[in-house]
Amino acid sequence: MKSKALSVFTNGILKENPVLRLVLGTCPTLAVTTAAINGIGMGLAATAVLVCSNVAISLLRNIIPDKVRIPAFITIIAGFVSVVQMLVKAFLPSIDKALGIYLPLIVVNCIILARAEMFASKNTVLPSALDGLGMGIGFTVTLTLMGTIRELFGAGSVFGLQLIPDAVEPMIIFLLPPGGFFVFGVLVALSNAIARRQGKRVVEHLGCEGCPSKGACEQCENAVKEGKADE
Amino acid sequence: MNSTTTIVSILLAGILTSNMVLSKFLGICPFLGVSKKVNTALSMSIAVTLVMVISTAVTWPIYHYLLVGGLEYLETIVFILVIAAIVQFIETVLKKFMPPIYKALGIYLPLITTNCAVLGITMLNITNELDFIKSLVNALAAGLGFMLAMLLFSGVRSKLETADVPEFLKGLPITLIAAAIVSLSFLGFAGIGG
Repeated sequence: MKSKALSVFTNGILKENPVLRLVLGTCPTLAVTTAAINGIGMGLAATAVLVCSNVAISLLRNIIPDKVRIPAFITIIAGFVSVVQMLVKAFLPSIDKALGIYLPLIVVNCIILARAEMFASKNTVLPSALDGLGMGIGFTVTLTLMGTIRELFGAGSVFGLQLIPDAVEPMIIFLLPPGGFFVFGVLVALSNAIARRQGKRVVEHLGCEGCPSKGACEQCENAVKEGKADE
Repeated sequence: MNSTTTIVSILLAGILTSNMVLSKFLGICPFLGVSKKVNTALSMSIAVTLVMVISTAVTWPIYHYLLVGGLEYLETIVFILVIAAIVQFIETVLKKFMPPIYKALGIYLPLITTNCAVLGITMLNITNELDFIKSLVNALAAGLGFMLAMLLFSGVRSKLETADVPEFLKGLPITLIAAAIVSLSFLGFAGIGG
């Protein structure tokens, strides 16, 4: 029992890392990781929302009718996001400024909805909370790693601490949008290389598991295939 | 005259210099997920543009006439619910009155509810304190910018399909690196419409 709880928890950190293995929540991953501290801020904010929403949804899983579950989940998540947003604004104004619009946008972060749909709506409270915590930590660690890489190359510092001497010109491109796409691409390639060596599944496209639009998405995949057949 | 120039500069900024996808990282999921073919990319971006403009037209008055004065903290929760309702409404209306358009765009509409570009643009309009007309123009520009990025990238991807890619970069990594290069080219627009 204990080992099962542990595996639910560690699952999100390594084996099913939400960013590198499930490829969810790409938007904040790319947008806020211009500094390591932003990665931590974003990650912890999302973790708080994830744990709370997983617990609430797990408690309500037998009450919410199946048909309206997605709007219900979104409302619950939006409520917790507003709470976190107000707390961050009150106690960590500098983080609030750095994250800007991406803080309220946690509402539409696919990680949270995906975990609600895939895990919390099917499991009891304690595993759901652990799953949220594990996934959240996995998200935070990956975002911080990306932030550290981009900050080190782009500004020559880590957590604001100057590591590369001024004489070496930092590569500002790492802080700009192309740097975000590039660093993320390289990290996914590395995680794929490790997965391949261990004989595990290789990530080929964005994660769609548990996405509310999965049905529509598969349809559009089919539409793409049909379009190809026409040619 | 003055207002025309601001509108032109909003349009230029939204489409080129601060492109929704390539410089604000909003709407990455459809950008990477639905850009395999030019036709699908076009339909998806038309649907996104439509929803963006209509959502802005609804959320702007809601914020400025209902929420201002103490209820601002409800912005997130109200906006996401309004957008979800609007998407559902557009879907129903199109299905009933314009079946051909519904057939072309219908399957993309559910994808849009949780598209951060739509929620993002409605919130950016509030944060940047734009007036009603400018907000609508901004939403239109963001939609057109999204369309441009989607179309360009779907072209790049159809080339990538046949390219000889090193084994370890196959799949998502090479797509992301291609996106980095497209985004790099958009940096070249910086300075236009300043």
